[in-house]
Amino acid sequence: MASGLIGRKLGMTRVFAEDGTAVPVTVIEAGPCHVLQVRDAAAQLGWGRKTPARATRAEVGHARAAGLDFAPQVVRSFPLNGADVTLGATVTVEIFAAGDLVKVTGTTKGRGFQGVVHRYGFHGGPATHGNTRHRKPGSISPGTDPSRVIKGKKMPGHMGAERHTELGLTVVKVDAARNLLFVRGAIPGSKNGIVTVAKQGGKSRHD
Amino acid sequence: MGMELLDTVSREHLRTDVPKFDAGDTVKVMVRVREGDKERLQAYEGVVIARRGGGINETFTVRKISAGVGVERVFPLHSPMYASIDVVRRGRVRRAKLYYLRKLSGKKSRITEDREK
Repeated sequence: MASGLIGRKLGMTRVFAEDGTAVPVTVIEAGPCHVLQVRDAAAQLGWGRKTPARATRAEVGHARAAGLDFAPQVVRSFPLNGADVTLGATVTVEIFAAGDLVKVTGTTKGRGFQGVVHRYGFHGGPATHGNTRHRKPGSISPGTDPSRVIKGKKMPGHMGAERHTELGLTVVKVDAARNLLFVRGAIPGSKNGIVTVAKQGGKSRHD
Repeated sequence: MGMELLDTVSREHLRTDVPKFDAGDTVKVMVRVREGDKERLQAYEGVVIARRGGGINETFTVRKISAGVGVERVFPLHSPMYASIDVVRRGRVRRAKLYYLRKLSGKKSRITEDREK
């Protein structure tokens, strides 16, 4: 089966383990997704239903090729990793099991235009003792030589609302009846944000 | 829409065996204690001085005087870390949070019993 799913972040809650430990979890409503296209190395999945009036003919036609009579709301691609995926098949949360390691990709919350203290964690200056450099960045480069600011210098600007992948999250529980996925820890984005969940190897970030 | 589903999900993890009690009541909490691979119950008895949070996040604070020292333990209401709660005595108080008890001792820290509750 495919290596990932598209879903919607519902929010965070906690579940208790047998020994009383509280585990913070994010609940994701993931899938069911339909396989729209299969290429050599990747499968394209679609999630949700686009309002027919809003779907272009190209989108509807692309979905029809996979045997669907509606255009999906969100389309994402996932690597095959050698797995056998058939066109038009339905992928559900059952591809995951408790204990699996996953990575979750989404769009982080937008923070607007932010200064360097919030955006990059600069320390800022002292609040008192006659100081006026409270949250300013300070010097941004040397002087006459090189007479320019080095590219990539951290400065104030737009923060957030960018793609981010959180790696090494553990699946705590899978609720196949309601298409729910319980993932340990926080994931990017606001509630109702579209996220993709994909299997991964490696180490858990919570061990 | 999403929030309702999340509420339904967390509601399934709530404990249904929690008796009705509030701040001012004296309760006996049977705490599960693990010693190696053995598990036993340890009673923790004291006055409930606060209940806070809601749903699965609700906790309650139990205060007791142990060997002359005030001890407070915070239990998540829906955690399996305790086996049961017994309400030993109902107290009549006029506050939801009894933090003022921390400054009182002896006779002044008594709570009148509420026989009607």
